[in-house]
Amino acid sequence: MDLSFVVIQILTGLASASSLFIIASGLTLVFGVTRIVNFAHGSLYMLGAYFAATIISRLLDLHYGPVSFWCGVLLAALGVGALGVVMEVVLLRRIYRAPELFQLLATFGVVLIVQDVVLKVFGPQDILGPRAPGLRAPVEILGRRFPSYELVMIAAGPTVLGLLWLLLRKTRFGVLVRAATQDREMVGALGVNQRLLFTGTLFLGAFLAGLGGALQIPKSPATPRMDLDIIAEAFVVTVIGGMGSIPGAFLAAIMIGQLQAFGILIFPKVTLVLVFLLMALVLVVRPYGLLGRPEGPAPAHAAAFNGAPRPWGPTERRIALGTVAALALLPLAGDAYLLKVATEILILGLLAFSLHFLVGTGGLVSFGHAAYFGLGAYGAALACKHLSLPMELALPLAPIAAALGAAVVGFFVVRLSGIYLAMLTLAAAQILYAVAFQWVEVTGGDNGLVGIWPSSWASDRTIYYYLTLAFSVAAIAALRHAIYAPFGYSLRATRDSELRADAIGIDVRQQRWLSFILAGSAAGLAGGLYVFLKGSIDPSALGIPVSVDALTMLLLGGLQTVMGPVVGAAVLHGLKDQIMPLTDLWRLFLGCSIIVLVLLFPNGLVGAYEALRLSSTATKGAASARRREPDGAQSRPRAPLEALARSRASGAGGETSKADETV
Amino acid sequence: MAEQRVSRRAILGGLAAGIAAPHIARAQGQGPIKIGELNSYTRLAAFCIPYRNAMLLALDEINGKGGVLGRKLEFVIRDDGGTTGDATRVAEELVTRENVSMLAGTFLSNVGLAVADYANQRKMLFLASEPLSDAITMAQGNRYTFRVRPSTYMQTRMLVEAVKDKPVHRWAIVCPNYEYGQSAAANFKRLIKEVNPKAEIVAEQYPALGRVDAGATVNALAQARPEGIFNALFGPDLPPFVREGNTRGLFEGKTVASLLTGEPEYLLTLGEETPEGWIVTGYPWDQIELPQHKAFVQAYRARFNDTPRLGSLLGYIVVYMVRDLIAKTGSLDTEKMIATFEDMAFDTIIGPVTMRGIDHQSTHGAWVGETTLKGRQGAMKNWRYVDGATVMFPEAEVRAVRKA
Repeated sequence: MDLSFVVIQILTGLASASSLFIIASGLTLVFGVTRIVNFAHGSLYMLGAYFAATIISRLLDLHYGPVSFWCGVLLAALGVGALGVVMEVVLLRRIYRAPELFQLLATFGVVLIVQDVVLKVFGPQDILGPRAPGLRAPVEILGRRFPSYELVMIAAGPTVLGLLWLLLRKTRFGVLVRAATQDREMVGALGVNQRLLFTGTLFLGAFLAGLGGALQIPKSPATPRMDLDIIAEAFVVTVIGGMGSIPGAFLAAIMIGQLQAFGILIFPKVTLVLVFLLMALVLVVRPYGLLGRPEGPAPAHAAAFNGAPRPWGPTERRIALGTVAALALLPLAGDAYLLKVATEILILGLLAFSLHFLVGTGGLVSFGHAAYFGLGAYGAALACKHLSLPMELALPLAPIAAALGAAVVGFFVVRLSGIYLAMLTLAAAQILYAVAFQWVEVTGGDNGLVGIWPSSWASDRTIYYYLTLAFSVAAIAALRHAIYAPFGYSLRATRDSELRADAIGIDVRQQRWLSFILAGSAAGLAGGLYVFLKGSIDPSALGIPVSVDALTMLLLGGLQTVMGPVVGAAVLHGLKDQIMPLTDLWRLFLGCSIIVLVLLFPNGLVGAYEALRLSSTATKGAASARRREPDGAQSRPRAPLEALARSRASGAGGETSKADETV
Repeated sequence: MAEQRVSRRAILGGLAAGIAAPHIARAQGQGPIKIGELNSYTRLAAFCIPYRNAMLLALDEINGKGGVLGRKLEFVIRDDGGTTGDATRVAEELVTRENVSMLAGTFLSNVGLAVADYANQRKMLFLASEPLSDAITMAQGNRYTFRVRPSTYMQTRMLVEAVKDKPVHRWAIVCPNYEYGQSAAANFKRLIKEVNPKAEIVAEQYPALGRVDAGATVNALAQARPEGIFNALFGPDLPPFVREGNTRGLFEGKTVASLLTGEPEYLLTLGEETPEGWIVTGYPWDQIELPQHKAFVQAYRARFNDTPRLGSLLGYIVVYMVRDLIAKTGSLDTEKMIATFEDMAFDTIIGPVTMRGIDHQSTHGAWVGETTLKGRQGAMKNWRYVDGATVMFPEAEVRAVRKA
């Protein structure tokens, strides 16, 4: 390798680092202030690219020159910033009081809507924007040609970093943003207009996403899939840097840019997994990212869940029994296709329930639950294909394979908390995805494995439906039992107050580790059932969309309920199945449905049922209702004084605030 | 409460279906002939929407002339969601609810393979229109699955034939990192050595699909100082690669062989960035002089106010193939249709096409030529149509690899 080659490769890496940083800085800013994991950030980036590609072309037709070009970039970014404001005012503002994470669901709805709107407005054809006037010709560096636009990009990153630094250090808005990043509730208690602050932050975040997209235009076309292609990488950058830390994001972007540029020289196929490997390594060594600090007073997950799950009353028991009975009778009434959909819903219900066991009971938000689903599916499929085992022997291997995987992943994951924990689970899932994708000889690569059908006795749709029903109901009942067993109680103790749980002798990490293994094996069982239903498996079973779907199901159903995820699975999958054949715009409708559900039922569907039940008991006897309140679903005190007290208490003693409240 | 709602809906739905079922069975005798078509209309809209347009055009033509077997021909068109999980469910819906007589469609190779396997399990005829993976007709091929479009192997072989006489020995490969790219690269390595024993591969790059780091990739390729470049990047990865390559002078004085680049789907996006003189496979729709093809282009432009893409051509051919197949078989019995389909000759708008019996691969070919810039648009020049029959897998190899 000669020097000029190395220099050029470094410069190229710096240019991609710059564009990555500009996108990630917006994401980290928004998260820092609002604690929203903004899935729609990639959509804003995509909109920036589309806006720029169309606006700049028009402006250049009017007047060809650099001024038109850069005006176009700025206009596109401002336009996206305005959309960010619309998103905040119309949607996010209404659900700040909902459990944290719930906003994630809303932004996911926005992703679906934007995808279809972009397709309708800009058409399906990729749009290649113009090159930047004045920067078309390359420059010569050490005898090699280098695009001059890349030099501008290299400068753009540090420029944005500098401007953000000035904004955050030298303006009142910046002071407030930094204050809110450190302690949002304290800022609110001190009388700062949070609405304005949040709207401003969303504008800035969206502006940066749009800017990132617009600056990309002279390099690559605007395409309808660029939103999902960028979002995972942007999250990785923010997490490696430390959530909320802008210099951290800059550092992380440079690391990733250089690793990509040189990584492909050694392993040309490495780009698929490189960023996630790096993130996993960084998180294992530095649990809060490079420049991040432990999360603020109210850990994102703890605030989302209140109290103990209420055991079933007679009504609920009747509903549950009735549902199982109805499901058992379904083959009498339904046709073959209905059975297929019902089988899928049962499998997804089990998947969502197993995730809920982690998220709801353990307070361990997993963004990578697809890992265990996919491990189970691949475990069964590989046993079937390579060991020629029949279904009866291959299916039990599914939960075992997943449990082993969960044990390994969980071992590292339980050392972290909050968003970092979530991102490490995501990294684990992505690494497994890459293995399944790349190990063609064994896994069949992205084509996957086909011809994995049930044994002949179970190949009938009705029999396979009953098989799935039996396994899913049994597994859900077992997990539910665990929630109310001493294990579930001690797990909840670790969720509600890590310190106190530790003090009374609960091994926090061990409890969490065991819960990962348990939930993982249940998800693996779901994966095993899935592969024999579909007859084939490919890496998409390990992909981010599966994890997101599972999370969506449990959020739709209601975080603070026990049976919510199963209802969420039925609603989401049923909706998708109904809408998909009707229209090309099914993502738009699905996205709108999700947003409507989020706005109508900010505690999820079953959460709404709980609220209804509570209010009806309240009319019977106010006193009994009040007694129940701490156990109940929805109340989340937000009075400024109380918030102040909470943040004070926790400032002194870590996570005690939650416990104080329940005591 | 919500749980109750689900089961109630389920029961109602089941009852409705139960009531409707005998009706469907009765209708099968005189109603339309239904073909289930599933494709990635949302995920890969750029290819699939022109494909669907042309299908609608062909269906209207056929039904205007009385349909087939005296019945209307109907395609029940569904989105396959772009994933195997969704696609197999949609296929099940088409088979069990819509009572379709056969399945057609799919774009992505993994989806195509999953649906092919489903068709094999449920004993349904499946005409894979677009997926390129060799596996569909080779290692994973089955009795019920047929494919229209020329496979990765066939198109790579066309390119290798086109460059074999050039004095190029040092080749660099750049392919997207998934099955299509990996198998294009493997085919190229094998075929180029067969025609030119002195050929060596000096660099290989496999960027992730849709996320090419173009600058770094171009620089890495240039560093190996190749004389020729074999490219299989397409879609959103192609324009950045071409731009970076043009700016950094990667392509100057080199032979570039590029899969699919001459297809209007990609030339339209490249626009004035279209490189000069790449040897590509594609579809020069505006220059094909066959009268029936000209009529198709005219009808398509008149109806949709848009130019046809390769997807359009394929959609149009698929519908006519299905019609001819049913007309010749004279029934909708799957086994009889398979027997007719094997080695059946079709007279398509691009000339004769045969469905080869031993591997269920059609001899639909492709156009091989050079890219050029016409005004601000990319186009093909010096092209010729390569009949698929001349570049198919040797029969002995098919027999060795195919299980059924």
